Amino acid sequence: MFEYAPAPESRAIVDIKPSYGLFINGEFVDGNGTSFKTVNPATEEVLAEVAEASDVDVDEAVKAARRAYTRVWSRMSGAERAKYLYRIARIIQERGRELAVLESIDNGKPIKESRDVDVPIVAAHFFYYAGWADKLKYSGYGETPLGVAGQVIPWNFPLLMLAWKIAPALACGNTVVLKPAETTPLTALLFAEICQQADLPPGVVNIVTGAGDTGRSIVSHPDVDKVAFTGSTEVGKAIARAVAGSDKKVTLELGGKAANIVFDDAPLDQAVEGIVNGIFFNQGHVCCAGSRLLVQESVADEVMSRLKRRMATLRVGDPLDKNTDVGAINSAEQLAKIRELSAIGESEGAERWSAPCDLPANGYWFAPTVFTGVSQAHRIAREEIFGPVLSVLTFRTPSEAVEKANNTPFGLSAGVWTDKGSRILSMANRLRAGVVWANTFNKFDPTSPFGGYKESGYGREGGRHGLEAYLRNTEKGADA
Amino acid sequence: MSRIDVRKTYKLYIGGQFPRSESGRSFVVNDAKGRLLANAAQASRKDARDAVVAARAAFGGWSGRTAYNRAQVVYRIAEVLEGRREQFEAELRAAEGITPARARSYVDAAIDRLVWYAGWADKITQVVGNANPVAGPYFNLSTPEPSGVIAVVAPRGPLLGLVSVVAPLIVTGNTVVVIASQDNPLTAITLGEVMATSDLPGGVVNVLTGSQSEIAPWLASHMDVNGIDLTGVEDAELATELEVAAADNLKRVRRPAPDTDWLAEPGLDRMTQFLETKTVWHPIGV
Repeated sequence: MFEYAPAPESRAIVDIKPSYGLFINGEFVDGNGTSFKTVNPATEEVLAEVAEASDVDVDEAVKAARRAYTRVWSRMSGAERAKYLYRIARIIQERGRELAVLESIDNGKPIKESRDVDVPIVAAHFFYYAGWADKLKYSGYGETPLGVAGQVIPWNFPLLMLAWKIAPALACGNTVVLKPAETTPLTALLFAEICQQADLPPGVVNIVTGAGDTGRSIVSHPDVDKVAFTGSTEVGKAIARAVAGSDKKVTLELGGKAANIVFDDAPLDQAVEGIVNGIFFNQGHVCCAGSRLLVQESVADEVMSRLKRRMATLRVGDPLDKNTDVGAINSAEQLAKIRELSAIGESEGAERWSAPCDLPANGYWFAPTVFTGVSQAHRIAREEIFGPVLSVLTFRTPSEAVEKANNTPFGLSAGVWTDKGSRILSMANRLRAGVVWANTFNKFDPTSPFGGYKESGYGREGGRHGLEAYLRNTEKGADA
Repeated sequence: MSRIDVRKTYKLYIGGQFPRSESGRSFVVNDAKGRLLANAAQASRKDARDAVVAARAAFGGWSGRTAYNRAQVVYRIAEVLEGRREQFEAELRAAEGITPARARSYVDAAIDRLVWYAGWADKITQVVGNANPVAGPYFNLSTPEPSGVIAVVAPRGPLLGLVSVVAPLIVTGNTVVVIASQDNPLTAITLGEVMATSDLPGGVVNVLTGSQSEIAPWLASHMDVNGIDLTGVEDAELATELEVAAADNLKRVRRPAPDTDWLAEPGLDRMTQFLETKTVWHPIGV
């Protein structure tokens, strides 16, 4: 293996303030709550103090969003709304490097991912939905907005999840109150600045920072017409209960335990790259991660030896180093959860192997890890670990692969690796999952709907389908 | 002396069979003037669970059929219903105390609705699916798929209301456990007889009669039910309870619709609400 010299991306491009307020009605305000610290997970350095929005602050934000909706945004033509969204897309491109560096600092993800995946897709998402704003009558979902959308997003793709939420909401004529995750608020706050640069009318986008209480306050606010949440299945269920009996429209993008299925005729080197991308992309902090490898028995040994060889070459370390493949675990809390489930994997009898790598002394780190000898009943085969931990099971027939893949309460994504076209289509039909990647994995695009079956949630984000969540069904005969 | 007529025993419709309630219970159903029409089976928790098992067992086969085949089966239900229309008109007049003309219009509309939905089986995918132009060398296609087993609380309309909530679910490949209108449950069982003789596989539609507030909570909290349609729930508190229970496994929930005009042409939403969107990616290359 080659030795690589350090190739750090400069962080001089970002200007992190010592403290941040809430972005309400187009301005940064102090808020009435306490504050919390956001840290760099790669170093444990405190980056900034961030205001924690109280119920009163959330109420202010919802009022601002309602005013903006009633007086400005719902009255504006789609063509004019589109221009604001195009502006935002362009500013994101212009400030792309800054956003990428800040994302990697606050989140811990490798700069090559924030720079080459997150930020470009964020800009593309705004660009895509901008174009819908004046074409909604062709969408099939009508063109009537819902009103104020309350949106709560996770820490694994902070800016990308913001784009998935805000872009379609605004394109459809809604205004938003969005809460970023408490461990990754900084790029959302920089996005607020971008809204100011774009001269977006005050109140159309409001960003309130905080933790679970702030999220609950948004979801249960009586003047919120729409709730959009991405995060854990547990919280998703709590939200579904909280909105019961109301008129709120809800979409939920929740957990997953995706099967990545490798048949014996698959091009194995490509499949190994897909397995690595499936589970180690973004440290495995991916709801659609291919966290269960189902490999056909006849090639299991070969796949495992190639996989371990490949895992040994993964570079784990400084997220800002351009050669880094695997960055830091996002928080101490998440690291503890990954460690706990991995320990359970061992105690339940699975065999653990971790890539040999030196982990930095400070920060939150977990070496890429694979478990073999995993059975369907093991907790590491059933529960979402949300970290760089792969559980390997084997199968003999396509039907057994389908049976095992579908044997989960989740249904977000799945992968299939085979050279046989008819088998790909048959597997794609039989897998109960919202996204099926065949001979590829973890691909995302603004035009492509994303979302789950079963306990992975409901609703789709992306594509024409993504508009449905933000429009009122007014079709003839509709009684919803 | 006049002939003594042979009365029908109204039972449940589960898995293509007509069993009595395992609980051995029944309840009195009267006509519009308060005279006894029949004793209906009063379904229990066990019956509801049996119905879910039957619906789950039928799901793979039914959803795996071609859309053309499902269209023909639903169309066949309309054909058989047309052939037995006098029986249904008589039942509606007795149960609801309505005029012959009104009864006829409901039966007409129910038959026409089945025909309307039958035609959607092989069109809904084209209307709500998409080819997605992703920014890269990938084939990318989104298609609708049925959500699975759907529990339905049917509205009052004993024939048209029932057909209007069941047909859109089965035509897309879902299987159904439906709680018939509590006040007018008998027609639902007679409709079961139609479905049982229309090439509809056993278990695709299962009909329970009895107490809505007793049976619905078990279906709402059942972990092998994928969605619940609360159209016929008139008690707002019960509807909220059911929606809360449905969150246990994130069922797709359709909230109550008290003022639906069942004679109006429906939109797509009764189908789309219980469809999932599956997106398949594949690289393009040589």
